[in-house]
Amino acid sequence: MNTSPRVALFVTCLVDLFRPSVGFAAVKLLEQAGCRVEVPEAQTCCGQPAFNSGDRATATEMARRAVALLEPYDHVVVPSGSCAGMLRVHYPELLGEDPEWAGRARAVAERCHELVSFLADVMKVEGVEAALEGRVTYHDSCSGLRELKIRHQPRRLLETVEGLELVEMDDSEVCCGFGGTFCVKYPEISTRMVDDKVAAIDRSGAATVLAGDLGCLMNMAGRLKRLGSAVEVRHVAEVLAGELDAPSIGESGSREA
Amino acid sequence: MQPTSHAFKQNAHEALENPVLQEALGGIRTGWQAARGRAAGALPEFEQLRDTGRDIKNHVLAHLDLYLEAFTAKVEEAGGKVHWARDAAEARTIVLELCREADARTVTKSKSMIAEEIGLNPWLEANDVKPVETDLGEYIIQLAGQPPSHLVGPAVHMTKDEVSDLFHKHHGGERLEEGGALVGEARRVLRQRYLEADVGITGANFLVAETGSIITVTNEGNAELTQGLPRTHICIASIEKIVPTMEDAFTLLRLLARSATGQEFSAYTTVMTGPKREEDLDGPREFHLVLLDNGRSKMVGSAFQEMLRCIRCGACMNHCPVYLAAGGHAYGWVYVGPMGSVLTPQFVGIEEAHPLPNASTFCGRCEEVCPVRIPLPKLMRHWREEQFNRQLNPPAARYGLALWGFVARRPRLYRLATGMAVGAMRLLGGRQGRMRRLPLAGGWTGTRDMPAPQGPTFMQAWKKRRGAGS
Repeated sequence: MNTSPRVALFVTCLVDLFRPSVGFAAVKLLEQAGCRVEVPEAQTCCGQPAFNSGDRATATEMARRAVALLEPYDHVVVPSGSCAGMLRVHYPELLGEDPEWAGRARAVAERCHELVSFLADVMKVEGVEAALEGRVTYHDSCSGLRELKIRHQPRRLLETVEGLELVEMDDSEVCCGFGGTFCVKYPEISTRMVDDKVAAIDRSGAATVLAGDLGCLMNMAGRLKRLGSAVEVRHVAEVLAGELDAPSIGESGSREA
Repeated sequence: MQPTSHAFKQNAHEALENPVLQEALGGIRTGWQAARGRAAGALPEFEQLRDTGRDIKNHVLAHLDLYLEAFTAKVEEAGGKVHWARDAAEARTIVLELCREADARTVTKSKSMIAEEIGLNPWLEANDVKPVETDLGEYIIQLAGQPPSHLVGPAVHMTKDEVSDLFHKHHGGERLEEGGALVGEARRVLRQRYLEADVGITGANFLVAETGSIITVTNEGNAELTQGLPRTHICIASIEKIVPTMEDAFTLLRLLARSATGQEFSAYTTVMTGPKREEDLDGPREFHLVLLDNGRSKMVGSAFQEMLRCIRCGACMNHCPVYLAAGGHAYGWVYVGPMGSVLTPQFVGIEEAHPLPNASTFCGRCEEVCPVRIPLPKLMRHWREEQFNRQLNPPAARYGLALWGFVARRPRLYRLATGMAVGAMRLLGGRQGRMRRLPLAGGWTGTRDMPAPQGPTFMQAWKKRRGAGS
């Protein structure tokens, strides 16, 4: 009998659309940790855009769909603190008053984890087989840090990557200015926030900036590239999985001089 | 105060273009923000204290009627008089009548957010009573003719250089530049005003039900002189300021100073109970307490009840990246920063204040530092729900969201749509790895490149790799 846990990968909209390599890196890490990984085909979005735009009815309906889809699995793993926070913290809130769904939502929420914290806290992974030469800094995405208390797990695993020197930037726990629709509703304030982040990354002297959320990463990469920065931007899972073949975020395969 | 909250975006634009303001706001990060961190870190039981603070406030809100009755009975027992004000207009009328009974021409005031909320100063001025602010920051903005931009430091948006100009203009004489000299000059001017004043008006940080006392905290001692020297003292406070016991008040005071300025305790904490008694050496002959509701009793039992725990420390704004970029005036009314984004719509209406609950990335730092654990992002989200339900969002945003919601609830359609979107974006930016421009995404691409999708979607690639059905 197979005793390895059956894990559903909830891949998230942004990874699905923009950066499948993060999804494949997640699969590799989960399999290395001894999980049987499945990707439920009917998954779409966690519903966060509706939830944070005030459309509670749509968010609630999407929460029900996701709960029904994900409840057969031992664990649900998400390569994003923000989407994992939606499932873990906000689904029970959204469905808490619904007698049919409250218990089911709580049960899924308890088994739902952000990828890196799942590897470290649940699967007790202590190190990875990967290498990256150079100075790296890690940005703490807000939901992962504050809703899920993810802080030391990615750092601990990154310390085991061969050749990698982890340096802390100033204010690593301050928001990068993404904030979902915030970045297009208030572009000037958002740009000011990401400029502060870019300045902190520059001061750290890191050649690569990592985070666990593709929204933040695309925001930081978008600004860094617009400013002509050579700093590489990647999802932490790619580095932990040693999957560095894909060009970093916002770069093309053929590197221009 | 005429609200300009609807123009938040434009206000913020001007703030971001103002280098003097940006310099002043930068000081909050290195000042209060850092100080709060040190103070919280130095007290092992700080997190526990936050739980206790939250519980005290929750308890009061659950029994507000009982504590208000107990408090007012104690105030009257001590010889004070309590006036109930349903709204701002009633409160203004009561204060003016009390000033007239006292034949007041000049009143001194110590810092009171409630006075700002009800627009007291312009009202008194229009009725020939001259209010003089005695808190240094409030005095500065009164001279400048500006509203406060911060709960604790109303003039935090101004630099010392601007204050030098302002004092020089209003006080005459030499233009002083050194901080100590400026404070000295303000003190000299204000000393005379304290002695001239017929009435002193203060706010209150806490109202203590068991004793009928009011508690004020300052770092300048100006509340003591305001309430102690004139014949009449009027305290204006809102109903949620009440706490059951003196011990509860001191628990909250320990949280307040640390959260606000990183001090263990404010320099002056004054407990005052009723007017001067016969055996007292000084104090006002009359003590009036104006208790303001202004919509708060309706918040009790509503989705916004938790906001009534607020003790006005300003930690949420000191840690808010949006506030630190836009400054307090951008919020366009009395209450600013995250707490203002929840409270302002209550007072001026969500139609006027519609941008405020949206001006947040929900980064959660405000909730993380709130001494009484108010879930500010959740309350801002409640306002967004209110806006959505009342269709107050711009039509483009509403339709976009509806279309997205329609597609996202239909997995097969979603697969089709995401596949097409990826294809289109690959055409626009595939070779560069990013796009400099993207239709309908000017808010993003004005200042940022948009990373291009890697290729087929993950779901397409996964299906290919693992075969269908996996």
